[in-house]
Amino acid sequence: MDQVTLDRRAAVTALVVERKDLLVVAGLGSAAYDLMAAGDHDSNFYLWGGMGSAAMIGLGLATAQPQRPVLALTGDGEMLMGMGALATIALRKPNNLTVAVLDNGHYGETGMQESHTRRGVALDRVAQACGFPWTGTINDMDGIAALRARMAAQQGLAFATIKIAAENPPRVLPPRDGVFLKNRFRAALG
Amino acid sequence: MDAKAETTGWQYDLYRGVKSAGVKHVVYVPDAGHSIAIREAENDPDMHAVVLTTEEEGIGYLAGAWLGGERGVLLMQSSGVGNCINMLSLQVSIRFPLLMLVTMRGEWAEFNPWQNPMGQATERALKLMGVTTWRADAPQDVAPLLTSAASMAFEGDGSCALLLGQRLIGAKQWTK
Repeated sequence: MDQVTLDRRAAVTALVVERKDLLVVAGLGSAAYDLMAAGDHDSNFYLWGGMGSAAMIGLGLATAQPQRPVLALTGDGEMLMGMGALATIALRKPNNLTVAVLDNGHYGETGMQESHTRRGVALDRVAQACGFPWTGTINDMDGIAALRARMAAQQGLAFATIKIAAENPPRVLPPRDGVFLKNRFRAALG
Repeated sequence: MDAKAETTGWQYDLYRGVKSAGVKHVVYVPDAGHSIAIREAENDPDMHAVVLTTEEEGIGYLAGAWLGGERGVLLMQSSGVGNCINMLSLQVSIRFPLLMLVTMRGEWAEFNPWQNPMGQATERALKLMGVTTWRADAPQDVAPLLTSAASMAFEGDGSCALLLGQRLIGAKQWTK
């Protein structure tokens, strides 16, 4: 785990490149900054609060839009706060949903305190135990490319832990106006 | 019981009200007061019935469903309102329609005093977070109040809760 060198910005950029019809929900903090840094998009929904809700927003969206691939992209701290969602999502098993956790084992927003994942909790194994049909840990860019292809093909509910270096790159701030983000997102769906 | 009797009563009024409001998602934490609505939703091929591990998951789910263009409702008990407090800020920030149907505990003929603190704080807690509330204490009030709450949620992007009084639900039968 200490050898992880995957750069979070490079990983997220590669995950959403040539995204076509992909819908993305990003958890608050660094995950949202990473998604914004990869390029703003009308079909991005960034959270600035509601910690612990990113995966559940992804589930609601994936259920309401079953033809579109949906990515819930969040951090380890955000996912830990709503870990029960993994049980709820596993019961539903939407084919078009991928939950991807950018796991650096730290709370970047609050001073890089260690999270539960740094101290031994493996979120992908939690997801596996809940019944996610595909789970995995990604440590390199080939793994990112494979996840992107899997997501685009809507090959079933997936949970990926993306191990990233514990760095805190400069913030790239998405819009803070939730009503604007909501209306933009819905308008883009047509 | 004949077929008609099986589908009368406020609990059926409630599910019919949910359906006629165009709701496609019923998300819930299991609850005795909502048991008929939960069963109806689970057996309804046109409804996504989603059982949650905790009520706050439902707020996120409904935000996501609305981003995707669809309406939903959250069924829970008054104790669950306490679990939702911070997550209610999502509705204030995004302004998506949020309709919550809350069965009350801790306010009338309550056999479990540990239900009282949250039950008696439920309405005030909701109001603190900007939720508009109504109370139904008689069976005939459920349908019109639900229609009203649903219209203010779905047509006005409101945060709305209908509290179903413990007196309406009836005292819980305490059996061994």
